[in-house]
Amino acid sequence: MTNTDWPLWEVFVRSRRGLSHTHAGSLHAPDAEFALRNARDLYTRRGEGISLWVVPSAAITASSPDEKDPFFEPSADKPYRHPTFYEIPEGVKHL
Amino acid sequence: MTVSTSTAAALALGDDALVLSHRLGEWAGHAPVLEEEVALANIALDLLGQARVLLSLAGDEDELAYLREERAFRNLQLVEQPNDDFAHTIVRQLYFSTYQHLLYAELAAGDGDFAPLAAKAVKEVAYHRDHAEQWTLRLGDGTEESHERAQRACEALWRFTGEMFRPVDGVDVDGERLEAAWLASVGETLRRATLTIPEGPRTGAWRAGAGRQGLHTESFGRMIAEMQHLHRSHPGASW
Repeated sequence: MTNTDWPLWEVFVRSRRGLSHTHAGSLHAPDAEFALRNARDLYTRRGEGISLWVVPSAAITASSPDEKDPFFEPSADKPYRHPTFYEIPEGVKHL
Repeated sequence: MTVSTSTAAALALGDDALVLSHRLGEWAGHAPVLEEEVALANIALDLLGQARVLLSLAGDEDELAYLREERAFRNLQLVEQPNDDFAHTIVRQLYFSTYQHLLYAELAAGDGDFAPLAAKAVKEVAYHRDHAEQWTLRLGDGTEESHERAQRACEALWRFTGEMFRPVDGVDVDGERLEAAWLASVGETLRRATLTIPEGPRTGAWRAGAGRQGLHTESFGRMIAEMQHLHRSHPGASW
């Protein structure tokens, strides 16, 4: 059985209701159904999640390290963009 | 009397889980891909957990697992069959997990000694069954070679499947109904996988399977020798 051509999948796990899916890692699988099952075995066997997403890694468009400066640098000196001027109500945990 | 019947039943079901767990564990370090190795190891660990509970009902789990002779094991001959290629492992899983899922669902719904264990295990086993069905579909309806290997495995293991539905003292299920449900389910999976349902006998004079009576096939001796070697060489050793 050759397996070198199994595509790569990115795995997103939602740990509980109310939180969003978070990237957990990646894995190889022959198709989406098996990617889900492999993700279940690799990333949720200690009770980490209640919902899983798998996405073909090839479907992700990522920013390039070369573009770091034009992409991210300009936001560093604009403090008015940061919502730090109001108080967070007590009891809000996942803001 | 109820105690001894229950012990016999716990041994039979416990040995099934223990032996299959060990067989699946043999894939560690050898599975076709890392992801599948983890999947098989997960299933093996589920089964080992079930075996520990069941064997503890029958006596001391370590003594039963490591110090019994071959003839004292009560597992089905199906579960002791060697891993062979991946297709054999998957078809063995398909045949056994489908049976175990139907059996545990029935036990969980009853009020017998095994109901609490079965209620917990039935969810694990539902996953094992799904895993085996998914793989059977892909091997059967995959490449020419995977189809051929899967068909070979279906044929080779078929004669061991009749044993699953013979009555076991203390396991209160309707074997005939279980068998009908099993045939329908496995038949449908094989059909969808473009595999042919084997025609060989599962019952009658040519059937194999006396594992429940302690008669095992050739490769089983080697398997338990490996399984028991460490414990026998270092009695009482602990981590």
